[in-house]
Amino acid sequence: MRHVLSVLMENEPGVLSRISGLFSGRGFNIESINAAPTLEKGVTSMTITTIGDELILEQIVKQLRKLVSVIKVVDLTDIPAVEREMVLIKVAASDSRRAEIMRIVDIFRCKVVDVSIDEMVIEAIGDYGKIQAIFNLLQRYGIKEVARTGTVAMKRSMQTMEE
Amino acid sequence: MEISGARVLLECLIKEGVDVVFGFPGGAVIDIYDALPDYPIKHILVRHEQAAAHAADGYARASGRVGVCLVTSGPGATNTVTGIATAYCDSIPMVVFTGQVPSPLIGNDAFQEVDIVGITRPCTKHNYLVKDIKDLPRIIKEAFYLARTGRPGPVLVDVPKDVLQQKMRLKYPEGEPQMRSYNPNYKPNLNQLRKAMTLLAKAKRPLMYIGGGVIMADAHEQVMRLARACRVPVTATLMGLGAMPGDDPLFLGMLGMHGTYAANMAVYNCDLLLAVGARFDDRVTGKPGTFAAKAKIVHVDIDPTSIRKNVQVHVPVVSDCRLALEGMLGILADWDGQTDWEAKHAEWLAQTSEWAASHPLSYDRAASGPVKPQYVVETIYELTRGDAIITTEVGQNQMWAAQFYKFQRPRTLLTSGGLGTMGYGFPAAIGAQMAFPDRLVVDIAGDGSIQMNIQELVTVVWNRLPVKIVILNNGCLGMVRQWQELFYKGNYSSTCFEAQPDFVKLAASYGAKGFLVETTEQVAPVLREAFALDGPVVVDVRVTPGENVYPMVPSGASLSEMLLV
Ligand SMILES: Cc1cc2nc3c(=O)[nH]c(=O)nc-3n(C[C@H](O)[C@H](O)[C@H](O)COP(=O)(O)OP(=O)(O)OC[C@H]3O[C@@H](n4cnc5c(N)ncnc54)[C@H](O)[C@@H]3O)c2cc1C
Ligand SMILES: Cc1ncc(C[n+]2csc(CCOP(=O)(O)OP(=O)(O)O)c2C)c(N)n1
Repeated sequence: MRHVLSVLMENEPGVLSRISGLFSGRGFNIESINAAPTLEKGVTSMTITTIGDELILEQIVKQLRKLVSVIKVVDLTDIPAVEREMVLIKVAASDSRRAEIMRIVDIFRCKVVDVSIDEMVIEAIGDYGKIQAIFNLLQRYGIKEVARTGTVAMKRSMQTMEE
Repeated sequence: MEISGARVLLECLIKEGVDVVFGFPGGAVIDIYDALPDYPIKHILVRHEQAAAHAADGYARASGRVGVCLVTSGPGATNTVTGIATAYCDSIPMVVFTGQVPSPLIGNDAFQEVDIVGITRPCTKHNYLVKDIKDLPRIIKEAFYLARTGRPGPVLVDVPKDVLQQKMRLKYPEGEPQMRSYNPNYKPNLNQLRKAMTLLAKAKRPLMYIGGGVIMADAHEQVMRLARACRVPVTATLMGLGAMPGDDPLFLGMLGMHGTYAANMAVYNCDLLLAVGARFDDRVTGKPGTFAAKAKIVHVDIDPTSIRKNVQVHVPVVSDCRLALEGMLGILADWDGQTDWEAKHAEWLAQTSEWAASHPLSYDRAASGPVKPQYVVETIYELTRGDAIITTEVGQNQMWAAQFYKFQRPRTLLTSGGLGTMGYGFPAAIGAQMAFPDRLVVDIAGDGSIQMNIQELVTVVWNRLPVKIVILNNGCLGMVRQWQELFYKGNYSSTCFEAQPDFVKLAASYGAKGFLVETTEQVAPVLREAFALDGPVVVDVRVTPGENVYPMVPSGASLSEMLLV
């Protein structure tokens, strides 16, 4: 099963390689990984999406927590959280197909960010399911190229207040 | 007063109570060596940096204190990697200082530059590159703290040469370092302990399975108190040997691949397994899913990653095992004699005793011809009454040491369990001898392994370290040969030595004493003489070639499927 982990860690040199080395060394999957500074000085936040059964996930979380540079690990899969990814999709768009593609763009509230004679670049933002759906629909027109940011995610604040 | 980074480093070592450093100099650390004679720190100059790391490790295992090793950049640093990985796999507290090329050159493929922080990331508990002299004291403080607390392990500190030459006013941080990202949990959850004790009260066939964590936590007394109070038999991993006296009536011996029949049958048949400071290694569990399959499992370990890694557990207890056992003893005291443990476990203890009596560890004692290696270990045990510090190399020698030396006390068996590093035993003995100058330290060696760090003979001679090396010389890489015999149709590819050094002459050329033993009758007198000598000794015992270690659970089989002969 796919899991989204939110990891807070000390922003020190090499911390990314500690994380990626842990995943490769132990044979854990990384689907996407995304790191950026937080509001707090010296703290980096990372969103990792990974795939594994319950036992593997338990090990991944424990192993991450064991890293001396890691401050906090939360598995966002089972708690209310918002999750977003941005993707740029270059899709073949001949004159006859353009209108159809535009309809999909509208339905999913995507944006067209570049157009040429026979191609369009579409910007889509959404959670995992929405992005999958867009891919499925655009597939038949011919997807030429894709760039993805990887998932970022955040616990919903309602939850924080209940705690 | 401002002092150099090299002096800051040495001052910090003094603050940490370091009295001995194992090392080897080079350009990147020459500033430290320049200042070293001014400090009350003994430096043991090895002849290969791998040995420095193993010696620091042996010092740590024998004493419980953090071992320290110091080497130069590049090849000096890479030579320690096997030693660091060895310590990592067995959770040994150690701090390794490596020199690094000057900061401005880092990343330029400079002379003797290697990314040792990158290389050792997966085999250290943590590691540091010191970028600014101002960070040096804090980093050293943290390094020692990380090495010895929680689940211990090696920490590497890489110090560029310019940092060693810069100057600062030293203020060593007081108290425990505060690290928001590192807070090992020592205290057990009382509810979990109650659950564990309730299971114990209900169990008919309980077994305690103890490991290296018991030694690290100094929890051996608590183990014995609980085992004796509740009349529970105990088995230990290779790393747990010595926590319970080897001849205690409740002790079943080592479990696992080369464990005793009694221990493995007890694991197979128990209905409650109380695992304490052990990590369910595959050499112990055999075929996954068959290990203690009839039992409820309680697992006490300070490291959450050890729990439910290989085996499902019913009651996990994440804590220091000494505190957990104290807690369990407390619950027991509250119960105040409600249970007649003796009666409750009488049948089970009769069963385990029967297994021990019907299938003791054995070998052909009546055989004529070459010396039996097991007999050599038994003789070492008898001559030392279990009072020596034993180190081992890796292979059959190691297993015979584990089986036939009845360890009486913790920290008397120093052996590379997790990584299985040939060449570990001799340098580890150097470390142990430095920790305990007056105790007898014996390396039980194989003729293959000993050649991996034989150069350290000059180190023990020069430093007057009376380490005794007993080589169980079978003329081959015995453990691999055993696998070839049993599982590869006797295809002895590259395991039988065509050429061997003359170990007695080799010892002599280094300035050590050498003995040759060729008959069973010579074993005891020669060992007695060797152990009485006040200097390093090599005893080359020609043992039966082709002798195998039994019992043996073939790799991946269930513990109930032991090969007994
Ligand atoms: C040739 C060869 C053959 C071998 N055959 C066998 C064999 O037959 N039987 C056998 O047992 N081994 C054997 N080994 C060794 C084996 O590979 C493992 O090293 C060993 O079984 C691991 O021991 P352990 O479970 O006690 O773990 P250790 O590696 O000693 O780990 C200790 C555990 O305790 C925990 N811990 C640390 N400190 C504390 C604390 N304060 N409180 C609580 N928990 C703590 C740690 O987190 C860790 O989980 C063999 C090795 C070799 C090289
Ligand atoms: C550094 C290293 N290389 C290879 C091995 C694989 N290995 C395990 S046991 C063994 C044989 C050891 O031979 P020896 O030291 O003569 O001991 P014996 O088994 O004969 O007692 C070998 C080669 C190892 N454990 N360590």
